[in-house]
Amino acid sequence: MQQEILEILRTNSRISNEELAVMLGADVESVKAVIKDMEEKGIIVGYKTLIDWEKTNQNVVTAFIEVRVTPQRGKGFDKVAERIYQYPQVKACSLISGGFDLFVVVEGKTMKEVALFVAEKLATIDSVLSTSTHFVLKNYKDNGVIFDRNGRDEREAVVL
Amino acid sequence: MRIKDRIKPHILATPPSGIRKYFDLINEMKDAISLGIGEPDFETPWIIREEGIYSLEKGKTFYSSNAGFIELRREIAAYMARKYDLHYDPAEEILVTVGGSEAIDIALRTFAGPGDEVIIPEPSFVAYKGCTMFCGATPVPLELKAEHQFRIQPEQLEQCITDRTTVIIIAYPNNPTGAIMEYEDYAKIVEVLKDKDIVVISDELYAELNYKGKHVSIAQFPEMKDKTIVINGFSKAFAMTGWRIGFACAHPDAMEQMKKIHQYAVMCSPTTAQFAAIEALRNGEPEVRRMVDEYDKRRRIMYDGFNKIGLACFEPFGAFYCFPCIRSTGLSSDEFCERLLIEEKVLTVPGNAFGACGEGFIRATYATSIENIREALTRIARFVERVRK
Repeated sequence: MQQEILEILRTNSRISNEELAVMLGADVESVKAVIKDMEEKGIIVGYKTLIDWEKTNQNVVTAFIEVRVTPQRGKGFDKVAERIYQYPQVKACSLISGGFDLFVVVEGKTMKEVALFVAEKLATIDSVLSTSTHFVLKNYKDNGVIFDRNGRDEREAVVL
Repeated sequence: MRIKDRIKPHILATPPSGIRKYFDLINEMKDAISLGIGEPDFETPWIIREEGIYSLEKGKTFYSSNAGFIELRREIAAYMARKYDLHYDPAEEILVTVGGSEAIDIALRTFAGPGDEVIIPEPSFVAYKGCTMFCGATPVPLELKAEHQFRIQPEQLEQCITDRTTVIIIAYPNNPTGAIMEYEDYAKIVEVLKDKDIVVISDELYAELNYKGKHVSIAQFPEMKDKTIVINGFSKAFAMTGWRIGFACAHPDAMEQMKKIHQYAVMCSPTTAQFAAIEALRNGEPEVRRMVDEYDKRRRIMYDGFNKIGLACFEPFGAFYCFPCIRSTGLSSDEFCERLLIEEKVLTVPGNAFGACGEGFIRATYATSIENIREALTRIARFVERVRK
């Protein structure tokens, strides 16, 4: 059941335990227990909302930043990653394969704010060798959801 | 001469579908929720659409052979063997049709004519009766019962058979009831049919949408295979309704004749759809699984919802319909659906649109989003409570 619950929650975390139980043909108590267990084990680490900021009157600027760093003896990349992900501006931080070491997602209100954060905070960390900043111009799809999807039901009346 | 004086009586006598009038009403409404459309709400999976696009880009816009591309027929043969343990020769026993609908039509035209009787278990998909009447044959309804979960009972079948019966149509998973037939159910009716000279037209368009074990086809019974026309397609399983592509599988002697009608009437199925269908069979399985899993969750929500509202509903294990009984409201099916649409803006279809014995029931499809199902159930609950007061 764990897998099935995760499949549903990853697309809709607002669903109630009662509905989950109906959908899975299980009882509410066991659904609750499985979710609680997954939260405690850190399998489920949070519940978030996917927002298309373009449609709000708030400015949100996102940048993907490739960071090259010098790994530290005994600690590898973890130490420097930790330094970086502590900043609240950093929304995601991953160790990656390829020409760069860390992939960092930074959010701010303006391009300038993000650029300054990179220049003043990220780039100045001792073990950071270089950064390469890519600003997001338009989001087409995020977390499996296509943003500008026309949600109209276009099915026509047909005899069946 | 007035042209209408020349219209054949058996065409005039065939009633139009009873579903239509409600659709006209809903088109003018805002915030209406339709549980009326018997069609997947999913778009055709992208990998399948993409193959159709590629074929157009490459200029593959010609006819295929009448029976359909042999490559597609081979994939169909492999699919039928893999999924349903049904074995057909792609060269002689498989015909690619314009949706399952064309297959139903040509199968009936091949085996039913004036003086013949065609047994149609009702409530049923509306085209069976119409197509039977176009052939000049007489539709004989077999009244399925909720207490039998709308499965065909051997005694009922016996009672419907006369020496004029040439065809029986079997359609599971079923539209409109959502019923399925399991192996034991078929075994019982095979006992009745095996020694009779009756052709079975088995419409299995919803075969993939079975939420209780594996789909069973009557053609899996060796004594039935040669006298069964199996009809299947892509519309429901692969969400390809608008592509108009399906297929029929039958003994070569039957197929040879059905092919004649097909070739003179439609030449061949749309080739773009055929290319897409090849991809569907080769790589579409995970997409089918994804959609079936989603339907299954919606099914549970709707089935649970109707029973909580107090509209008794047997558990539908197939297709994407619930068929709850609305007699407890004191309304007829027509009254229920019309008032529900006008008062709460929820479209359902009255059960009697699928045959007289569907009276007292409504058809609601869960081929719509969970949000819609939830909201529709809230509105139906409100409506039922008001009516019962």
